[in-house]
Amino acid sequence: MSVLIYIELDNGSIKKTSLETVAYGAKVAAQTGGQAIVLAIGKSHSDELEKAGDFGAEKVLHASDEKLSHENSMAYADILVQAAESTQSKIIILPKSGLGDAMAARAAAKLKAGIVSGVTALPETEGGFQVTRSIFTGKAFSTVEIKSDIKILVVKKNAIELDESSVGTVKATVETFSPQLRDADFQATVVEVEKASGEVSLTEAQVIVSGGRGMKGPENWQPLVDLANALGAATGCSKPVSDLDWRPHHEHIGQTGIKVAPNLYIACGISGAIQHLAGVNGSKCIVVINKDPEAPFFKAADYGIVGDVFEILPKLTEAAKAIK
Amino acid sequence: MKILVCITNVPDTTSKITFTDNDTRLNKNGVQFIIGPYDDYALARGVELKEQTGGTLTVLHVGEADAEPQIRKALAIGADDAIRVNAEPLDSYFTAVQIANIARQENYDLILMGRESIDYNSGVVHGLVAEMLGISSYSPVMKLDTSGNTVTIAREIDGGKEILTANLPLVLGCQEPIAEWKIPNMRGIMTARTKPLKVVEPVSVEEMTEPQHYSLPAPKGACKMIPASEAGTLIRLLQTEAKVL
Ligand SMILES: Cc1cc2nc3c(=O)[nH]c(=O)nc-3n(C[C@H](O)[C@H](O)[C@H](O)COP(=O)(O)OP(=O)(O)OC[C@H]3O[C@@H](n4cnc5c(N)ncnc54)[C@H](O)[C@@H]3O)c2cc1C
Repeated sequence: MSVLIYIELDNGSIKKTSLETVAYGAKVAAQTGGQAIVLAIGKSHSDELEKAGDFGAEKVLHASDEKLSHENSMAYADILVQAAESTQSKIIILPKSGLGDAMAARAAAKLKAGIVSGVTALPETEGGFQVTRSIFTGKAFSTVEIKSDIKILVVKKNAIELDESSVGTVKATVETFSPQLRDADFQATVVEVEKASGEVSLTEAQVIVSGGRGMKGPENWQPLVDLANALGAATGCSKPVSDLDWRPHHEHIGQTGIKVAPNLYIACGISGAIQHLAGVNGSKCIVVINKDPEAPFFKAADYGIVGDVFEILPKLTEAAKAIK
Repeated sequence: MKILVCITNVPDTTSKITFTDNDTRLNKNGVQFIIGPYDDYALARGVELKEQTGGTLTVLHVGEADAEPQIRKALAIGADDAIRVNAEPLDSYFTAVQIANIARQENYDLILMGRESIDYNSGVVHGLVAEMLGISSYSPVMKLDTSGNTVTIAREIDGGKEILTANLPLVLGCQEPIAEWKIPNMRGIMTARTKPLKVVEPVSVEEMTEPQHYSLPAPKGACKMIPASEAGTLIRLLQTEAKVL
């Protein structure tokens, strides 16, 4: 019985979060005595895709077609289901993202499968199939038993540690997968794609430097961007900052924005409202810089500096440059 | 245009989450319930489109009677009528089957909901419902305009956005800045009292998942404070102590 793992590509390369999903899926395969098979959709190369082998996959099915160049959850879910059927997979694993959730949902309806999204740890497979997932935007966890024959898990970032032991040196075999595409899945016309090119994406970032209303205005962002550049970090912001158009909407982090889970989150002039914290509580380490020692964010922080961001940021940038 | 907006009934975003009954139930004591913030965006845009197109808007909730104040609020904001499927929403699959069942009877042009509920954060109900109905779905939608049978959508993708056109019927998962949240006015609140709220029983669904128990994250350790004058030393601590650089 195989475990089918969907991976996301970014410009032909496997996303880092997806490599984690492969490692997760390989562990589930080992637990349930099956093979870990990966599905990749879109343009890529064999020498890139075979890297999934390093994380425990035996085989990669690669579906590529001009029609599949835009994220299309309908068509992608169709392909996922065809791949699950041809490999007789009973467990399907996807990385948590807008696309991952949409594909998982469609596939679950097609396969009559139990679906659990936001999984944070490996399943318990002794005498059942129990998974734990994050709920209430990181404020709690829920453990559920999946009872259906086919099971779909959408896995959050950091659900397993990607340590040395999960990285091997075995290449996966890459096979072309030629699914049937249905016209009905291609009725929409993509008019335009706007992507911030060359920037580190927030969901993939290891380090994020984020600014709040304490930054006082869009013209003051340079010191924050300088620190981000010195650390190879992505930049984020609080909701009022994107509401005021100081920063683009896709940088908005929190309960109603993007949920991030970097190794390091540096909050500059953000008060730490509960709705903001909900988007960052998956971070491994949180640093807070705020001039108000009573700012609630300090309660959720690992390191704190009380002071003026505009004095502190250049000092951090200088120190960061010194270690690189 | 015939619009359906699906709303969740969830703890307010500032709620402290605790559990009772041996960690098998949410402790609702002292918790304020609200319409899910993303659903509230969907509702706001739905009301605007209904007004623009001279259409109708029905609000649907799968859940128990304690959600009625939130359903009345949706009516006060501008929905014409409401349906409540009288059942505890057990999981995403169960909820989607109920929504699809109502939608099949009514042939809505547009089914709007939040990108995710803020209790379970799954973000899968729109995809499930659309697949069950055999129609397309998009999420998270940040901009939505209609012109006859065609809609133009801007949706967020990783690190940017995509603009596309598609034909109705559609299911959409919404988020800001699709519309501004609407606050009911006095007239809305008065008329909401007499708008129809139909309660229907659920259809039966095969049990896909069974909840076992809830748990809370481990408490966070103390925050290490660094004097502003020594800010630069933080970088070394992050490298050698926290090992995150
Ligand atoms: C339903 C709902 C959903 C929400 N969702 C989100 C969400 O997803 N994300 C989100 O971020 N918010 C969200 N909010 C808003 C949230 O409640 C807060 O209002 C918001 O996070 C505050 O942003 P802020 O910290 O940037 O601004 P403020 O609360 O104004 O804080 C600014 C901080 O900067 C500090 N400061 C000022 N000047 C300096 C200086 N020179 N140096 C250092 N520090 C300085 C101040 O001490 C203060 O702590 C939501 C609210 C609601 C009701």
